[in-house]
Amino acid sequence: MLTDWQPLTNSKSLHLRAQLLRKIRDFFDSRGLLEVETPVLSQSTGTDPQLDYFSTSYHQLPEQQTLYLQTSPEFAMKRLLAAGSGSIYQICKAFRNGEAGRYHNPEFTLLEWYRVGFDLSQLMDEVEALIAVLFANYGLDSTQRKSYTDVFYQYTGLNAQQFCYEDYCAYAINCNLPEAMNLCGHEHGLWLDLLFSHRVQPMLGKNCLTMIADYPACQSSLARLDDENPLLTKRVELFIGGVELGNGYYELTDYQQQNQRFDQELAIRKERGLIVTHKDQRFLSALKSGLPDCSGIAIGLDRLLMLLSRSSHIDEVLSFPIARA
Amino acid sequence: MAVYSTNEFKTGLKVMLDNDPCAIIENEFVKPGKGQAFNRVKIRNLKTGRVIERTFKSGESLEGADVVDVEMQYLYNDGEYRHFMVQETFEQYQADSKIVGEASQWLKDQDFCTVTLWNDAPLAVTPANFVELAIVETDPGVRGDTSGGGGKPAKLETGAVVRVPLFVQQGEVIKVDTRTSEYISRVKE
Repeated sequence: MLTDWQPLTNSKSLHLRAQLLRKIRDFFDSRGLLEVETPVLSQSTGTDPQLDYFSTSYHQLPEQQTLYLQTSPEFAMKRLLAAGSGSIYQICKAFRNGEAGRYHNPEFTLLEWYRVGFDLSQLMDEVEALIAVLFANYGLDSTQRKSYTDVFYQYTGLNAQQFCYEDYCAYAINCNLPEAMNLCGHEHGLWLDLLFSHRVQPMLGKNCLTMIADYPACQSSLARLDDENPLLTKRVELFIGGVELGNGYYELTDYQQQNQRFDQELAIRKERGLIVTHKDQRFLSALKSGLPDCSGIAIGLDRLLMLLSRSSHIDEVLSFPIARA
Repeated sequence: MAVYSTNEFKTGLKVMLDNDPCAIIENEFVKPGKGQAFNRVKIRNLKTGRVIERTFKSGESLEGADVVDVEMQYLYNDGEYRHFMVQETFEQYQADSKIVGEASQWLKDQDFCTVTLWNDAPLAVTPANFVELAIVETDPGVRGDTSGGGGKPAKLETGAVVRVPLFVQQGEVIKVDTRTSEYISRVKE
């Protein structure tokens, strides 16, 4: 008899998830944020060359249309913000094709929220308060806030803001990662991805929440550049126990800049022979009409549950991971 | 030979890396939320036995390695080569001490073992998990001792030295776990 109908998770983990969702809703409701829902299926996708999309077809005879599963609710939520929703939060499923492993399931649960009028440090205060509530019985030490440049230097001795190929290569050889030279070549962003994920991240958030801010500009995505130092971007990442939990921005509201970044990403997709995607014109129109000044962040709830239940694989906290879905 | 992409790197898959046949031990998907996805892979070089870690960009691929494990009977040692035979086909293979390595201390004529073939040539030899061998040399034990505490070294007919309980005597046949070199029991003739 087949046994793979059964969940891999246990009832304790199911209860923990229910409790987590309740605590999150209580937290945001008491702070006056509005819970929203946006479509999981969308006519357009992002342009991020690092993301692969699920697509499906919509039969509205006689027409057929390709629809995509969201990789995050970011664009739709920003459209609500542009329409004057005020601060909002959402707990939803997001989908990223091809991503499976210890910390990844192609379908996962995100908590995403936006704070109108908040800058990044105000948002970080709120993150800290939320984590304190969720980890109340966990015994976390006090939160650390560090800059990307500082931790990168601390653990690699390298300058993250200025790319010196020779220094980076020497370090790679020294720390037994000589393949980095072939993998990354002269692409600074790629080096940062590799060295940060392999050498820095595992050291972050030892029994505490560590928030890394001020990412190098080449890692900016949808974040705003720093007015005072254009080499840096207003982006924050959260880590507990070496696990990346979330990613937030002081949101880019400039339509022109956003449009340019989309074009750059599309060019990279084309260069790498990836599936052609299109710019989300409705999102761009929303930006053009005016996105209020805001900060936003997304946190992976499955990983949060992994930490809370001290699980070593994401499958342990999902009712049915992709292999049993 | 087939080509395998990082998402097919399952434990045990045999691939070519730096011109050597290797086996995948572990494959971890590493991806920053925003950024390039990598696979951090633990690989055993089947020639040297050494385990290394190597990072790939997700989606990169490696050529498969034509590596198979075949059960064979160990025949004899001609001084330079040890000879093995596949029972079903009578096909014979020879391997030098570099290839046989540590396994030699467990190989007794006519016993079965696993020979790993790469492109039809022996690459490594693995003895059976449990072998039964006679003790050719050990100190006389103390009468009355029936426990396993302490023990003494005993040299086996194939050359291996294992620790045995004091009551086990020279000339007796014992069962040994070759993975740990641990004494399991005496074997009643």
